[in-house]
Amino acid sequence: MNIDAIQNGIVIDHITAGRAMRIYDLLGLDALDVSVAIIKNAVSHKTGDKKDIIKIDSTMPVNFDVLGFVDPGVTVNIIRDGQLVEKRRIEMPQRLTNVIRCKNPRCITSTERAIDHVFKLTDPKNKVYRCIYCETKA
Amino acid sequence: MKRSVIDILDLTPAELEELLATALDIIDNPEKYAHACAGKKLATLFFEPSTRTRLSFEAAMHELGGAVLSVTDAASSSASKGESVSDTAKVVSCYADIIAMRHPKEGAALVAARAASIPVINAGDGGHCHPTQTLADLLTIRRQKGAFSGLTIGLCGDLKFGRTVHSLINAMARYENNRFVLISPDELKLPSYVKKDVLAERGIPYEQTTSLEDAMPQLDVLYMTRVQKERFFNEEDYLRLKDSYILDMAKLKNAKDDLCIMHPLPRVNEIAVEVDDDPRACYFKQVLNGKYMRMALILKLLKEAAQ
Ligand SMILES: [Zn+2]
Repeated sequence: MNIDAIQNGIVIDHITAGRAMRIYDLLGLDALDVSVAIIKNAVSHKTGDKKDIIKIDSTMPVNFDVLGFVDPGVTVNIIRDGQLVEKRRIEMPQRLTNVIRCKNPRCITSTERAIDHVFKLTDPKNKVYRCIYCETKA
Repeated sequence: MKRSVIDILDLTPAELEELLATALDIIDNPEKYAHACAGKKLATLFFEPSTRTRLSFEAAMHELGGAVLSVTDAASSSASKGESVSDTAKVVSCYADIIAMRHPKEGAALVAARAASIPVINAGDGGHCHPTQTLADLLTIRRQKGAFSGLTIGLCGDLKFGRTVHSLINAMARYENNRFVLISPDELKLPSYVKKDVLAERGIPYEQTTSLEDAMPQLDVLYMTRVQKERFFNEEDYLRLKDSYILDMAKLKNAKDDLCIMHPLPRVNEIAVEVDDDPRACYFKQVLNGKYMRMALILKLLKEAAQ
């Protein structure tokens, strides 16, 4: 895979330096049978700051909520036939469904089967998400 | 439309006023409500024992002329067979018109409310919420103090895990000119998120102290809580702290004459029995007020469900 020129795929850009692996894990990229490049500490042309980049050699559907939760402000570039067809700046999602699990052992989600793990953005300023069931912070 | 009450904040201040007005009307005119819920069934679904809360709900429904389906061992009858809270709520929806549910897990009532086709009242979900206790507290404050504003409210004991305390703070923080005095051992202080998100955020004055006696003279309301053994990981901590904040007549020496002493009950020894005869003791009135507020809430939710 030529990491500079993807023909059909996704480039997740402007990842805060150091967060690429977390995104890699939460998006389940390890299970993907395609080329994935993780570029750490690249220097941003725009700001001169360090950033991470993930390039995926496939146009799989990306869970934007995961990106917005881990690193709001990242951009997703979707490339088809060598052309940039979509560029999205990802905001913090209001709700996160089945992205993370509630860590509170006293929460009903720890015992109830087939239940959605849902978190709500309760404090956008401080990026606080709380479990809708027990209100524990994510 | 079906509607459930999981958290005290599910009710707007206007709705709280409506419930208080209904409760006061029930107190004055009980005969008017004696058949208000005729033909309706309340299912009390208790996954952990809480005889007081269950009796209060059941007495409330009886006094409204309704019937009660009582499941006192929901945990052994369904959960042990692996039935989920969601499924139990769906099954009970087929038999009853409204559910009062108690469960040891936080958020269980919300799970039930999302699955049920009838209103669910949270009768306690672990350490999380217990809105009808707060309704009882609010009616007590209203009847004793006449208003919800301009009060200095002392909260004493387990402020860390005491859900009734958090809930009361949330409810009273919506009114004007109240102050809170937080009285607890360092180990059981009010969590910082309540201080930050509820009190500091809205500019509500509060002070923290470890001395009940120092706090006493300024209080209009004193809310005592139980230091619960199950909240501690080790017995030593519990034994060391459980007797720290016991209210007796000596500590009441400098209290106001119209202090309103409250406690969610059951008490262990945090209020000496000698205090019971003092006119300022309101904790048994609170029990009765709880029944009236549960009556008002059942009426409201059944009426809304029928619309
Ligand atoms: Zn939770």
